[in-house]
Amino acid sequence: MTILVLSDDKKARFELLGKARKMADAAGTKVASLTFKACDCTPKGQGSIKNGADIVLLASPPIENYDLEAYVAAAAKAVEMVSPDLILVASTMDGKEFGPRLAAKLDRPCAVDCSDVRMEGGQLLVDRIMYGGNGIATLAFKTKPAVVTVPPKAFDAPSPDEGRKGEVLDLAFDMPTPKVKITKTTPKQTESVDLESAAIIVSCGRGLKKKEDMALIEGLAKALKAEIGCSRPIASDLKWLSVDHWVGLSGKKVKPSLYIAIGISGQIQHLAGMRDSKMIIAINKDKDAPIFTAADYGIVGDLYAILNQLTEKLK
Amino acid sequence: MNIVVCIKRVVDVSQVKVDERTKEPIIKGIAQKTSDFDKNAVEAAIKTKEKLGGTITAITVGEASSAENIKEALAMGADKGVILSDPSYVNLDSHNVSKVLAQGIKSLGQVDLVLLGEASIDSYSGQMVSRLAELLGFGQMTAVRAIKAEKDKMVCEKDMGATVRELEGAYPLVISVTKEVNEPRLPTLMQILGAGRKPLETKGAPAIGLDVSTISPGIEMKGLKAITMQRKKVLFEGDEAPGQLATEIKNFLGR
Repeated sequence: MTILVLSDDKKARFELLGKARKMADAAGTKVASLTFKACDCTPKGQGSIKNGADIVLLASPPIENYDLEAYVAAAAKAVEMVSPDLILVASTMDGKEFGPRLAAKLDRPCAVDCSDVRMEGGQLLVDRIMYGGNGIATLAFKTKPAVVTVPPKAFDAPSPDEGRKGEVLDLAFDMPTPKVKITKTTPKQTESVDLESAAIIVSCGRGLKKKEDMALIEGLAKALKAEIGCSRPIASDLKWLSVDHWVGLSGKKVKPSLYIAIGISGQIQHLAGMRDSKMIIAINKDKDAPIFTAADYGIVGDLYAILNQLTEKLK
Repeated sequence: MNIVVCIKRVVDVSQVKVDERTKEPIIKGIAQKTSDFDKNAVEAAIKTKEKLGGTITAITVGEASSAENIKEALAMGADKGVILSDPSYVNLDSHNVSKVLAQGIKSLGQVDLVLLGEASIDSYSGQMVSRLAELLGFGQMTAVRAIKAEKDKMVCEKDMGATVRELEGAYPLVISVTKEVNEPRLPTLMQILGAGRKPLETKGAPAIGLDVSTISPGIEMKGLKAITMQRKKVLFEGDEAPGQLATEIKNFLGR
């Protein structure tokens, strides 16, 4: 079972290589990885090798800036070269686009945003969330190669093995003329928030009565050195926070070590975005709110009375 | 400008409940509706037509019941509807649906723009835009939050998290839109009544020249389970609660 790993995001690529290595070791097969951009390791390709690759393909020419059609052309060439049974793609914003596009080009099915990939009874199985977070489906691939996209952080990054050896090859491909061009990339004006890599998130929902009360949330976040998240209404309807703060199935999927949900009832779509947090704490006035079924610790009560005291004690 | 907008009839995921005995979500018998972002795609199609003229065809792969969803698009402002339906379309995955849909779109003659929602709310896979672009040989823009239709090209904006990307491409294009792109209009009663008089056609596989032997699911659902959460579920109450919670937090963080 040869596995091909595709991602231009180094961190995500190493996580996938770690997973691929384990699967390939169990099956006694090889792992290949494609580097789209110019490789910054010396000697070239060593980063991927240390993290689990046997074969590193360097796109030639390198694709410096993301270009859908160039990525697919290079990836298709890599598939031709290594004939993989499984293609693992990181579900970054771009991976979600070029993964299925590659699958279409190969005339094969694709499973997007899978939380697990495994061989079981000779079948390749994947798990993915369906029905708005209400269920987790196990899917079996009946054809090869299987194209599977995996969100960043689904698997732990491996510890690099400095002594690993591998093969580094140039992958020549014909650069297509793009039909759609990226003409501009502008940093966002809003103060940036990186919820996906936050260790602690303090998140708020409709339990807050007015925008000024955000100060209470900010106070607690400051005391804990946390980032601020929110549920759908705060970002989408009330617009008290930008959509970058939105945690949920249609917002950000987060995995901090500590997640504190304040005045969030815990709709299934919200839970789908934070349920992988290590510890979950909920504060809500309604003791029947579904958020409490998803929490390790909770307080039923008035968040205004609770927050000041809690923040004071955590300073 | 010949515009096609893709529609999917889905279960209303907000009404899905879990069977406490089997721990499986109950999907059968749940109310069905038009997938949320498809309406944003219809609205985007209407706005494009208002600016550049042309016709809008609403298309779906589904059973006869999908007529309800196509009619919704017709009421909003689409000009005609097509349902791609065939007894051989059973348990289709995104891969297979894309083949039917692409063939159906090709059967419409010249198409300049295909619009669809970012993903459907039931499977939330978002593959269709990539697959249609590949099969039709069109340019592709995925999950854009703003679109500006010009005579010979589209200029769109995509939210990348920390940055915003501007995309530009000449027709023909396949574009998927997010819910931020617009506010879908609510049709008036007159429009809803008028939708019944607009052309709605059902096409089987032979009518679109599709070889059904190329349609077989390469992926199979082995099981569907509710997501169970192993949580401590400790509730603190009363005056001491904030202090107790603070202690747990400090212990956990090792502070």
